[in-house]
Amino acid sequence: MSTLFSKPLSVLNLGVGTFADAIRQGGGEAVHIEWAPPANGDRATGIALAGIVNHPRVEAANAKAVERLLAAQPRLEGIGIAREALPGMGRRMILHAGPPIEWSRMCGPMKGAILGAVLFEGWAANSKKAQALAASGEIDFAPCHHHSAVGPMAGIISPSMPVWVVKNATHGNRSYSNLNEGLGKVLRFGANGAEVIDRLKWMQQTLAPTLQAGLDRLGEIELKPLMAQALHMGDEVHNRNAAATSLLIKRLVPALMRSGAPPADVAAVIEFMAANDHFFLNISMAACKSMLDAAHGVPGSSLVSVMARNGVDFGIRVSGLGKRWFSTPAPVVNGLYFAGYSMADAAPDLGDSAITETAGLGGFAMAAAPAIVKFVGGSAQDALANTLSMTHITLRRNGAFTLPALDFAGTPCGIDARRVVDTGILPVINTGIAHKAPGVGQIGAGVTHAPLGCFTQAVSALARSINPLARSINPRARAVED
Amino acid sequence: MARMASAAKLIRNLYRDSVSLMQLSATLAALPGIEQASAVMATPANLALLAEAGLERGRIAPGPNDLLIAVRGRNASVLESALASAVADLDKPPPLTAAGGPAQTPLRSLQMGLAQFPQANVALISTPGEYAAAEAMKALRLGLNAMLFSDNVDLHDEIELKRYAQANNLLLMGPDCGTAIIGGVPLGFANAVRRGAIGVVGASGTGTQQVTCLAHRQGAGISHAIGTGSHDLHQQVGGITMFQGIRALAADRATKVIVLVSKPPAPEVARKVLGVAKRCGKPVVVNFVGAAPESIGGRNLHAANTLEHAALAAVALSRGRRPPREYSASQPGAPPAAHGDRMSRSQRYVRGLYSGGTFCYEASALLGAVLGKVWSNAPVDPKRRLANVRNSKGHTLIDLGDDEFTRGRPHPMIDFRLRNERILSEGADPEVAVILLDVVLGFGAHPDPAAELVPVIEKAQAAARRQGRDIAFVGFVCGTELDPQGLERQEDALRAAGVLLTGSNAQAVRLAASIAGARR
Repeated sequence: MSTLFSKPLSVLNLGVGTFADAIRQGGGEAVHIEWAPPANGDRATGIALAGIVNHPRVEAANAKAVERLLAAQPRLEGIGIAREALPGMGRRMILHAGPPIEWSRMCGPMKGAILGAVLFEGWAANSKKAQALAASGEIDFAPCHHHSAVGPMAGIISPSMPVWVVKNATHGNRSYSNLNEGLGKVLRFGANGAEVIDRLKWMQQTLAPTLQAGLDRLGEIELKPLMAQALHMGDEVHNRNAAATSLLIKRLVPALMRSGAPPADVAAVIEFMAANDHFFLNISMAACKSMLDAAHGVPGSSLVSVMARNGVDFGIRVSGLGKRWFSTPAPVVNGLYFAGYSMADAAPDLGDSAITETAGLGGFAMAAAPAIVKFVGGSAQDALANTLSMTHITLRRNGAFTLPALDFAGTPCGIDARRVVDTGILPVINTGIAHKAPGVGQIGAGVTHAPLGCFTQAVSALARSINPLARSINPRARAVED
Repeated sequence: MARMASAAKLIRNLYRDSVSLMQLSATLAALPGIEQASAVMATPANLALLAEAGLERGRIAPGPNDLLIAVRGRNASVLESALASAVADLDKPPPLTAAGGPAQTPLRSLQMGLAQFPQANVALISTPGEYAAAEAMKALRLGLNAMLFSDNVDLHDEIELKRYAQANNLLLMGPDCGTAIIGGVPLGFANAVRRGAIGVVGASGTGTQQVTCLAHRQGAGISHAIGTGSHDLHQQVGGITMFQGIRALAADRATKVIVLVSKPPAPEVARKVLGVAKRCGKPVVVNFVGAAPESIGGRNLHAANTLEHAALAAVALSRGRRPPREYSASQPGAPPAAHGDRMSRSQRYVRGLYSGGTFCYEASALLGAVLGKVWSNAPVDPKRRLANVRNSKGHTLIDLGDDEFTRGRPHPMIDFRLRNERILSEGADPEVAVILLDVVLGFGAHPDPAAELVPVIEKAQAAARRQGRDIAFVGFVCGTELDPQGLERQEDALRAAGVLLTGSNAQAVRLAASIAGARR
């Protein structure tokens, strides 16, 4: 009001487009907003949102949460055994990707992977008995995220599996991920045949101790600089990890050679890593998890701290809303499919790997990875556009992860659930696509978006926590009789 | 299942990345007659995959730097053309990167708009009413003043929004605010007027348009015209925006005179408004449309009995002159005698077809005072509410901008269909002597109202004349020569069609009354 008459009129126009033309004709400045009813027209959510837009408490909480996200310093500390390393890991517990889900509702690849884990643990002698055990309720199933862990695709972690241990040196929290098995018939896509179990045994008995010997020699690896360098080499550290894997190998090889581990094991471990461009993915995910866990738990914050899928549901968690999940059915990815496969064969979106996007990498850093841009079906400019569009739903730019193609601007990070609902711009996720039947494996890859429903639920819940008593705007449309 | 044929083609030493090849595969698979297609670099792993998919049976010996295309489909000719198209596709030069940089994300929200245009200071909101309150609240929370053009906002929401605005030193104009002019810039439906010393606070959009146009036509100008929205002087809202408007104009150095325009508020609210006006330190002209002006008075308060009177009083005051006590100066003379001559004995009644609600309301008061019973869908006297808005009786004034007519169609200032139909049906009524029309120009209004009205007026008149009648079309144009439609052009076209044009609503009503009065 005080400045309305003293400053040149500059108008944001919402609704009738011609009003903006009139303002410009009349000598004013006007920008038309391509508005659509927020939250798909759900009025109650729209009103809840209006009550927390630019709310001082939320703004302060977000500033704090995103500051913690940016300040986190993930370091690869070593390799542990899930049952010893993971907080709260039970002896008969199997962790899975995404939000909580009971056995009967799980998707094919997750069920297949769980049977594989049961066999790997020796809890059952054959697949049929494993099936009966899994269905019996005697195994505790829990999301990786409930134990500071993440896993790609089915995300299965059972007590004897080796896990990467990443420590956030700034805030002291640790996060975990399983080790990447490679491509083809692998547990994370639900395969559970002998070759899969044998490989898991080898990873447990040879890969893990050899890598640990190398890491003992090398010391902790600072992960942010390594990931930043990989971004400059064409990775977005979700769907492309070729550079990061190479950088990791480069660091590990001399240490492995000098570690005193049996040379045959060292050779096998190096071959194993070199054969898998995605070897770094699980470390990238654990690093992102450690940064986001640091940002979680700031009361009032609308920062999204988890996005994860279990092949049935897509769930998110929000910094200021504690342990609650906000879930909605997971979409089937409309991506590029390998020969012979189509959307009809695909499991709905699966895996914890969207933790990378949650941390401002993956799809949010698409501008760094022109080599995979064709998944969006377009030009390198589209990759830049994808990254730029994410700046409208995020709180900050991450100066630690810069994008050469955008003049070294930082990656957009800290998803604000309010802005997602207000703009309808959905977080972009680069992802692999699993076959819906267990064990077939990856059948494609593509770009998908987090579903709006999770964010509308979260915004409503946050609004209730901020304005518990406020009637605020009346959700019932009632015309005034004048 | 029909037998399928398969074929493969090997291109030596041609590398393409896997994503490009997946795209090529998808393109090939979509060709008619093709069941499956795969283009891959011929690595052992890929060959194994192809074998698994039944596409390749080891007939060729490729190397990992070779590109292999394998297809399966209806017959050999289909396969051949698919392979040819694949080769053509691989030969194509890569598309040039789009010029001009990456696509911009369209602005989707007020917050996004503000991030890009931090100098923004007003949000103009004309979304469907059910979403408007939420957007207004966002605007205010973001520190923006807001004009809420939308209507059908809950009264409690309006109160909450206005209190929030007031507490945060922001202005919320509306809901149902049709017109504002801030620093010479039109918001919503507004006319192009020169800048000057007269400030307006209006609860009525068309009322504000009439006052600003008439002041302009007197050579004066407008500092700011603030719209309050039509519910602001509701007892429950209590005139929050009007008080803010008066105070803002009182503090504004460009403003010398303030005009308040509103339908008559509840007495209690009126007292408060007049109280604030009395203390504001500047001359204030008050037009409570349709109300007797006696209740208004005081050193700096000047009552106006019509919108025109309000404009003339403000112009006089802005020039340091005494305002005319009551409007009378350009009282129209007797209607052209020829009209009475050509009318039939049955023609007695006035039918007003208004696009501006406040004009209709003012006419209801002025005409009622002269002709007695005047029916309307928006009457000053509730006893004169028309039972069926589709059927006129006696003297009738219709506000075609009323909810009843605008549901599901644009406002009659933009869309003339409804009014044109009604002109024809009223013209066919043998009892109708006068058809009274308002024509509103300005930003937001129809680009050429005369072009819509003239053919219909001529048609109605021709039909009446065939039956030995002659209709007096009486009207006025609310606009200025600066408006996009051009005042003179509009007036000339209407005059040429035989419309008796006056300078204002009040004058048009008096002319209509004198024609009809002479028929009694």
